Amino acid sequence: MSDTAVTDQSTLSALEEDIESAILHTGDEAALEEVRISALGKKGSVSELLKSLGGMSPDERKVMGPAINGLRDRVQGLLSHRRAALKSAALEARLATERVDMTLPVREAAAELGRVHPIAQVTEELTAIFADMGFSVAEGPDIEDDFHNFTALNFPAGHPAREMHDTFFLPPGPDGERKVLRTHTSPVQVRTMQTKTPPIRVICPGRTYRCDSDQTHTPMFHQVEGLVIDKGAHLGHLKWVLEEFCKSFFEVEGVKMRFRPSFFPFTEPSMEVDIQCDRSRPGEIRFGEGNDWLEILGCGMVHPNVLRNCGIDPDEYQGFAWGMGIDRIAMLKYGMSDLRAFFEADVRWLSHYGFRPLDFPTLAGGLSA
Amino acid sequence: MKFTYSWLKDHLEPTASFDEIVERLSLIGLEVEGVEDKAKQLAPFVVGEVLTAEKHPNADKLRVCTVSIGKGEPIQVVCGAPNARAGLKTVFAAPGTVIPATGTELKIGKIRDVESRGMLCSAREMGLSEEHEGIIELPADAPVGAPFAEVLGLNDPVIEIAVTPNRADCLGVSGVARDLAAAGLGELMAPRVKPIEGAFPSPVGVTLEFGATSPLCPAFALRVVKGVTNGPSPQWLQDRLRAIGLRPINALVDITNFLTFDRNRPLHVFDLKKVKGNLVVRRAKGGETLLALDGKTYTLDESMCVIADDKGVESLAGIMGGEASGCDETTTDVVIESALWDAINIAHTGRKLSINSDARFRFERGVDPAFTLPGLDLATHLVTELCGGSPSDLVLAGAIPDTTRTIAFPLSEVKRLSGLDASETEVRAVLENLGFALSGEAPVLEVVPPSWRGDIEGKADLVEEVVRILGLERVPSTELPRGADARKAVLTPLQMRSRKARRALAARGMVEAVTWSFVSHEAAVLFGGGAPQVALSNPIAADLSDMRPSLLPGLIKASGANAARGFADVALFEVGQTFAGDRPSDQRQVAAGIRRGTARPAGAGRHWAGNAAAVDAFDAKADAYAALAACGAPVANLQVTTDAPGWYHPGRSGTLRLGSNAMAHFGEIHPAVLEALDVSGPLVGFEIVLDRIPEPKAKATRVKPALDLSPFQPVKRDFAFLVGREVAAADILRAAQGADKKLVSGVGVFDLYEGKGIDPDKKSVALEVTLQPRERTLTDKEIEDVAGRIVAEVAKKTGATLRA
Repeated sequence: MSDTAVTDQSTLSALEEDIESAILHTGDEAALEEVRISALGKKGSVSELLKSLGGMSPDERKVMGPAINGLRDRVQGLLSHRRAALKSAALEARLATERVDMTLPVREAAAELGRVHPIAQVTEELTAIFADMGFSVAEGPDIEDDFHNFTALNFPAGHPAREMHDTFFLPPGPDGERKVLRTHTSPVQVRTMQTKTPPIRVICPGRTYRCDSDQTHTPMFHQVEGLVIDKGAHLGHLKWVLEEFCKSFFEVEGVKMRFRPSFFPFTEPSMEVDIQCDRSRPGEIRFGEGNDWLEILGCGMVHPNVLRNCGIDPDEYQGFAWGMGIDRIAMLKYGMSDLRAFFEADVRWLSHYGFRPLDFPTLAGGLSA
Repeated sequence: MKFTYSWLKDHLEPTASFDEIVERLSLIGLEVEGVEDKAKQLAPFVVGEVLTAEKHPNADKLRVCTVSIGKGEPIQVVCGAPNARAGLKTVFAAPGTVIPATGTELKIGKIRDVESRGMLCSAREMGLSEEHEGIIELPADAPVGAPFAEVLGLNDPVIEIAVTPNRADCLGVSGVARDLAAAGLGELMAPRVKPIEGAFPSPVGVTLEFGATSPLCPAFALRVVKGVTNGPSPQWLQDRLRAIGLRPINALVDITNFLTFDRNRPLHVFDLKKVKGNLVVRRAKGGETLLALDGKTYTLDESMCVIADDKGVESLAGIMGGEASGCDETTTDVVIESALWDAINIAHTGRKLSINSDARFRFERGVDPAFTLPGLDLATHLVTELCGGSPSDLVLAGAIPDTTRTIAFPLSEVKRLSGLDASETEVRAVLENLGFALSGEAPVLEVVPPSWRGDIEGKADLVEEVVRILGLERVPSTELPRGADARKAVLTPLQMRSRKARRALAARGMVEAVTWSFVSHEAAVLFGGGAPQVALSNPIAADLSDMRPSLLPGLIKASGANAARGFADVALFEVGQTFAGDRPSDQRQVAAGIRRGTARPAGAGRHWAGNAAAVDAFDAKADAYAALAACGAPVANLQVTTDAPGWYHPGRSGTLRLGSNAMAHFGEIHPAVLEALDVSGPLVGFEIVLDRIPEPKAKATRVKPALDLSPFQPVKRDFAFLVGREVAAADILRAAQGADKKLVSGVGVFDLYEGKGIDPDKKSVALEVTLQPRERTLTDKEIEDVAGRIVAEVAKKTGATLRA
């Protein structure tokens, strides 16, 4: 038994006080580590005491053992507590220095700047509406021959209706025939009827051309036509399809439509359709309300001659067709005032009237939601 | 087509109100374009009598007048008109009246210190004519204080309708009345025209001489009236013509104009004294000329039909008469012509000579052949009634064609085509009221269309007649069953690609434009086009003359226009068609885009975190890849070759291809091309031919290939190769990849260096190679082995050495 190892409770208490004081006075983790070593290191004050237990009598050990072990545990607790406090203070101090001006502007992501043209967007809206009714999308060439653009559609040679079309012509080919820029998307209907067997349900969106230019006419514009050929498809169905279309497209609960008899060589009976709207607010049209009428499309039952020209027996099959300007209905829905601006590629206009890349039109979400 | 309400009432005894008639016109297919009610517009204007007119104390050209309007004190008005004088009956407008010509509201004012409490009006101020020489002078018996419109007979609303090309019969007021009567709005008054008893044989004859050529005139009728007195026509006739915008000329001419609009029966009158010999209807001889009634001289050719006498051409058939044989106040003997013409020939001649006359408009749409002779009789009656004289016998060359045809009309057609339930009685009533002759019994009627309805060809036309008169509002809206195909995909792969390319490019910050399908010839040539078969014969402008061979010229020009507006950094794209020729197979669907200035995918312009650099060919390459990937192109397998078309910079451009299939080009636009388009760079672009992207093979299942994840960590190793400057990076990458196809899962270039410290013919290309062990963790030796093989393979394929 060593004298130096002999100690008592009061000595332990004094040591504990010293260590605790030293811990609490440390300013950083390095200093704390020094205190730990001086107490709990190999030669630390508490470690020495623990070693001294081996030289004690059993009775002494019974008393001093728990006392010294208790001291060690409490010192360890103080150390870890202080370590956590110091770490937290150090982090606080570091964070306090890490300041940036969060009001600085970020770079705009590419997706914020990109736009889809209203014509493309509206075409997708139309496709969504009619796809839901079982229509597919048919397309055809912009440069057409006289047969598909006129003759098959029951425009007799020299007929005044043909003249009303302001046709762009290409030079005569070797056979003397002049191709034209299609004046409407109806030739796509012809091509569809020639190649598909009924029942047929298609819409035909695309570019069309007429040599005419002023505020409401551009030499190039866009049309969408619809065609249904089936047994028993009649005017009443046409009415319903157009009513459904108008409700869906203009996103209104209901819209009154007015059918007026008209004339197109390729339909019989032929009609023009006006829809109910309210134009009492300057620069704004509201659909589904009001007392004004606005003409939006032409339609009719496909002329028996057209069916025959496309190889369909008009006594077996019948059907209806309609056509309207995509640019025009885009203007009506979204409020652009000048058709020419659609084709001027002014980024200010495109950014304003264009659509964000991820704004896909869906029926489920409401077309323009 | 314009007519007045009172004119309509000559043919229709209305049982409905004016407003009902106007509304119904549109609903039966005679679209009302406007109703002008002068009486309403001019209601505030009254007849005033100038009591005194003194010179204005402070102005030489003004007068101070006192005006009576029949009630209250005389009113003081300052007036500048030279004809303002005491005793004159004229038009007075009180303060508060809006002047039609200017749209301004009259106020009590002082003119040079003299108070003026109203205005005396000129015809121009009233919006009645251009006449502004002085204030309107009314007849001395005009009742003071009466509404001016009443005094002038302007209290007759004018209706303007748009007549579709098939309804020539409604280019006459009588035809409009027939439709309205059939629709139940009144009683049709169709008095028969009394035949004319000729008093003497016609002194002038007519022959149709077309020889072996196709005849252009089925029938030509004429009658002479001798001893007429021609002068101004009566007020009622002048009023009618003025109301629809025609200028009264003299009674004989006015009668022909009146019947043109009243009965859709254009006529012509010749002054018999100015006609030499008999009339001949023939083709013009090339180079013949005619001074027409519009004062212009037309040079004619053999395609045109004329009426000539011994002197030469006197009239352009069915279009316009000639000045030399026209009727004026000196005419005493008149030849009245009523003829039928070949509609297509009239249309061609009219178009060729650019003459738009009321006669041409009607003959090219079709007049009632059966009314040729009654029309002549009616005109003769009017001539003798208004101008006196005695009529000759009728002269007729050719024959009135019989247009009678019978259409078998199953009554069930109405329901089949329109869905409308109409009773047999209703159907019969509509057709009979429109002049159709019916025979036979249900279920199939025999229908003979009236002579004035040349547009009626078959059953569908009859259904239209029934439905439009009974009312389209009676057609029940009927749900169209969804159909068997409603759940199938409705877009073709090409349509889907166009959509995906569009959204992918927009998501890269590009703005979609829609530019003209035509470009200037110069621009077309610059982009490989300009072939004659795709040059428009009638372009709308010189710079919109050729169908575009590429979308780039339009986009490049647009970027220039945007730069001129102050938007230099623009990224534009378009998805649309290009035209290599005029056949359908020459049309391509292309997605193309350009970036100008600093319009880079990560953002444009200056920014505190770092300014955007100028766009370069790699931006365009990245755009092309992104769009191709979105379209499902096999981008990993594409080769980059350096053979982009000539409108790209030869050293900073490329073609993306699968073997011989060139799907896309990208790069800097050639500086010479930019200069020719007058647009400055930096400017890069790309073009993807969407039709050339191979369609993915049809798959039996949508299940994706099983996911193969290795449990072992990948290992990365870096290599710096020295290679000749001409060696393509793609070849180095391919060689490294090929060194061990199983282990090498990725190769990237992380550094590129040329310059100091390196042989001037060489460049340093640093690769990061990823090795992905599949079966077990690689040992150091295995890694060294693979690295050795990579170095050896790259060296073998490209002559590269490892950089020391």
